[in-house]
Amino acid sequence: MNDRKSTISDARIEEIVGNLLWAGVVVSSLIVLIGGGLYLARHGTELPNYHIFYGEPSELRSVMGIMKFASSYSGRGIIQFGLLLLIATPVMRVAFAVISFMAQRDKVYVGVTLIVLAVLMFSLAGGGH
Amino acid sequence: MNIAEFSLLTFVGSLTAGFLGALTGLGGGVVIVPLLSLVFGVDIRYAIGASLVSVIGTSSGAAAAYVKQGFSNIRLGMFLEMATTFGAFLGAAIAGMISTRIIAVIFGAVLLYSAFLSFREDTPTASEDTQHFLANPLHLDGSYPSLDGPVSYHVHHIPTGFSLMFLAGALSGLLGIGSGAVKVLAMDRAMRVPFKVSTTTSNFMIGVTAAASAGVYLNRGYIDPGLAMPVMLGVVLGAFFGSRVLVSSRTRLLRVIFAGVILILGIEMIYGGITGRS
Repeated sequence: MNDRKSTISDARIEEIVGNLLWAGVVVSSLIVLIGGGLYLARHGTELPNYHIFYGEPSELRSVMGIMKFASSYSGRGIIQFGLLLLIATPVMRVAFAVISFMAQRDKVYVGVTLIVLAVLMFSLAGGGH
Repeated sequence: MNIAEFSLLTFVGSLTAGFLGALTGLGGGVVIVPLLSLVFGVDIRYAIGASLVSVIGTSSGAAAAYVKQGFSNIRLGMFLEMATTFGAFLGAAIAGMISTRIIAVIFGAVLLYSAFLSFREDTPTASEDTQHFLANPLHLDGSYPSLDGPVSYHVHHIPTGFSLMFLAGALSGLLGIGSGAVKVLAMDRAMRVPFKVSTTTSNFMIGVTAAASAGVYLNRGYIDPGLAMPVMLGVVLGAFFGSRVLVSSRTRLLRVIFAGVILILGIEMIYGGITGRS
């Protein structure tokens, strides 16, 4: 059972988290939209080829590769950067939860959220490849 | 059909799926993969990558609205995420080792199950007053706001719920879907959490679960920006509008129709998987 004090701070935290998630979705969608515009302007008249699976080139597979590719103003690179930001939104949400449980001195949940964060980081770093 | 026309068509298809998914509460992600692979002839691996990314978008977008209302139980969600993220990571790793035909058949089975769930009437579960011995040390019991003040509730059958969540995560990672149906099932039926709490908590968990497998898919080259762009924008925009339409009696009819579509897609996916057509 939560005592009254921690319930109020939980509500405050939830409000900040809500805004954080919303900002993450809006900003990443806008970046994807900009990259999509560039991509369609340059390659819109070419033929799509998703019927056969080739897999993405290495520069679109890793965090560092995407950053580098996006900074060269490639449409596909910018889209992928926006998607990466979208994937990072729930990760930031968990990281924020770690901090707020630390502030509440809730050791059990600092541990729980750190485990979740570790799985997410391991996955993004290419641990499952 | 060139890339511009293909992008426009997949955008409209994803917009419709996101809209109907949010309106009926069945989720749009579950129809994206069959839509892309059966209708547009996209390889199932690219389809799963694009679907997974849009699932994160809808979950974060909806959770942003839900968390402020105070229904979601953040501790319960984080506790169960230990099961879903680990399951999702494992599911995504397994997806790279097995044939796409097997994935198509499993996908079809999940679609049939989702359709079956939505045809069935929701029966309110009787709430028990006993407290699970794990609930107190883990602070899992909570309360939600109502017109008569906060209503407190207990969380039951914690190990069963935790195991079901592992399964939900594995399915999410294997198929690139949100697995909302399994998550709500675990919290509603097994853990006996009030409906509003289970729906909103499951919604915020979906994004975190999907992020655990998205990393694996990204590293394996399943996420194609050209395909994911119209799909993600369509689903997120569709879900945004779908969640703002007032729920009326017509939604019930829409729900039945949408469940019918899911049923047909499920049969198609299983047939395609067995015959090796997709």
